[in-house]
Amino acid sequence: MIDTLRLTAEELEGLLTRGEVSSQEVFEAYRAAIDERDGELHCFLRLHDGEGEGIPIALKDVIGTNGVETTAGSQILAGYVPVYDSTVAARCKARGLRLLGKTNTDEFAMGSSTENSAFGPSRNPWDPSRVPGGSGGGSAAAVAAGMTPWALGSDTGGSIKQPSALCGNVGLRPTYGTVSRYGIVAFASSLDQVGPVAKTVRDNAFLYSVIAGRDPADSTTVDLPPTEIPEAEDLKGLRIGVPVEMRDAPGIEPGVADAVARAVALCEELGAEVEECSLPRSVEYGLPCYYLIAPAEASSNLARYDGVRYGYRAAGDDLTEVYERTRDEGFGDEPKRRIMLGTYALSAGYYEAFYGKAQQVRTMIIREHAEVFERCDLIVSATSPTVAFEIGARADDPLAMYASDLLTIPSCMAGLPGLSIPCGLSEGLPVGLQLIGPQLSENTLFRAGHALERALEFDFVPERLQ
Amino acid sequence: MEISRDEVLHVAKLARLALTDEEVERFRGQLSAILEAVGKVSELDLEGVPPTAHPLDLVNVLAEDEPAPCLPRDEALVNAPDPEDGYFGVPPV
Repeated sequence: MIDTLRLTAEELEGLLTRGEVSSQEVFEAYRAAIDERDGELHCFLRLHDGEGEGIPIALKDVIGTNGVETTAGSQILAGYVPVYDSTVAARCKARGLRLLGKTNTDEFAMGSSTENSAFGPSRNPWDPSRVPGGSGGGSAAAVAAGMTPWALGSDTGGSIKQPSALCGNVGLRPTYGTVSRYGIVAFASSLDQVGPVAKTVRDNAFLYSVIAGRDPADSTTVDLPPTEIPEAEDLKGLRIGVPVEMRDAPGIEPGVADAVARAVALCEELGAEVEECSLPRSVEYGLPCYYLIAPAEASSNLARYDGVRYGYRAAGDDLTEVYERTRDEGFGDEPKRRIMLGTYALSAGYYEAFYGKAQQVRTMIIREHAEVFERCDLIVSATSPTVAFEIGARADDPLAMYASDLLTIPSCMAGLPGLSIPCGLSEGLPVGLQLIGPQLSENTLFRAGHALERALEFDFVPERLQ
Repeated sequence: MEISRDEVLHVAKLARLALTDEEVERFRGQLSAILEAVGKVSELDLEGVPPTAHPLDLVNVLAEDEPAPCLPRDEALVNAPDPEDGYFGVPPV
C-alpha cells in the first residue's frame, strides 16, 4: 500500500530503487488519490498520462507542455496546446518525472487565492471552506492532499511561497535567473520565477537541482553553484536577522506571530545568532512598488493575446473589433484590472510619476536588503500575515487580496531567493515561515530550512485526511 | 486619487479592451482606489537614485550567431483560430 499522503519523493525513490514497488503502481496510487479527493479540492485543470519510469509530478498550468493543453487559468487560452516543451518540463521529463496533470492557478498567475481562475477555485485540504492561497494554489493543495509527491509553481510576488505556507508545504522561490522561463506563460518578466513545491526541504532541494541552471533559450539565466541536498541538523555559525517591520507589520494574526516567534527561538536553540534588523522602506513601499511594476509588465506581456495566432477569438467586422472583443470576452476581471493599471502607469503624462518612480523604489529595496545581508546570512519572517482565509472573503476587494503578499513581495523585487517552510498551526491551519537570503544562497536556505524542519517536527498531513 | 470615466475609456482603448458600461464603472472605482494606494511611491524623495529594470547584473547577453531550425509553418498554425493558405487569417483591417 502506497501512502501518498505521507510518503516523500525521497522515500518513493527508495522504494523504487529497491524494487519494492513499480513506477506504474506509484503512478496509479496518485491517480487513485486524485480520483478520491480532487472532486472536492479541484487542484487539477486536466490530468495526463505522462511518460517516464520515475516519480510522478504535477505542473502549474502556466508551464508549457508539448501536446498538453496549457491555459494559465484563462478562457483566452482555453484549447491552447503548445507545440514545444518549456525547459523546466523538458528537464523533468529527462529525469523520468512522470506528468500527472496540470494544476489550477489564478488567471495568468494573478492572485493570492486561485479564486481568479476562469475554471473555478481550488480548496484547501486542511479546510475546504478556505482558499489554498495563490496563484499556485492548485500545486500546493495537490501536494498537501497527497495527490502528487511534488509539483512546480511559478512566483512573481509570492505565488509559490504564499500557497505553500497556507497548505503546509515547503515552497521555494529561487533566485531570479536560476530557472529558465522558456515556455512559461509570462506575467511580469523582471519578476517571474519557476520553483518547486514539496513536502520536505530535501525533496524541494532535489527538485530545484533538476530544474535550475543556465538555459541558452532564456538569456536571463545565470550559472549557479551545485545544489547541496541538506543534511545538517543545527544552525551553528549562521547569523539570522529578524526584520522588525515584518515581525510587527499591521495585519499579522496573533497565532501567526506566535508560531513565528517560537520558530525564531528555535533558531537560537539550534545554534544560530539571532538579531533584529530593519527593512523599513522595503516593507512600507514594497507593495505599491510591486503593484506598479508587475501590472506595467503584464500590460505589455498580455498584449500578445489578440485572437490572431492562438487562443480564443471573438467575432468582429474589422481587426480592431476582433482585438477589443477577444480581449474583453477572453480575459477575466483581474487581468483586465492589471492591464488597465499597467497601461495607465505607462501612459504619457504618468510614466515618470508612477512607473519611473517605482523603478527607483526598486533600487532602494535592493540596497536596503544588501545592507542587511552585510550582517546576516539570512532573514526570517512569517510568509503570509494570516492563515488560509475563507473562500470569498477577499474576492470583491482587490486591495485586501493584494495585501496577502505584503511579506513575500519585498524580496521578490530584489530578485532574492525565499523558502517557506511550515512552522506550526494556528486555529488548526498551517503557518509558514519565510527564509530569505542573498542572491544564489539557496544552499544556505535549504540547510537552515532542513535543520528547522527536523526540529519543528511539523506533521504535513492535514488532520482531516489522517 | 479619483480617475474619470473618460480616463478609463482612454486606457481601455490603448489596451484594446472593449469594456461594457458596467465594467467601466466598476473599474473606475477600483482603479481609483488602487492608484491611491500605489501613488504612495510619489511621497519619497528619490533624487539621484537610479532606476532598476531587472535584478541581475547581466548586460547584453549574446548568443552565437548560428542558424538553427525554427518552428515549421504547419506547427506554428496549429493553434490559429482561422488559418488560411498557410497564413493567420483575420478580417479586414
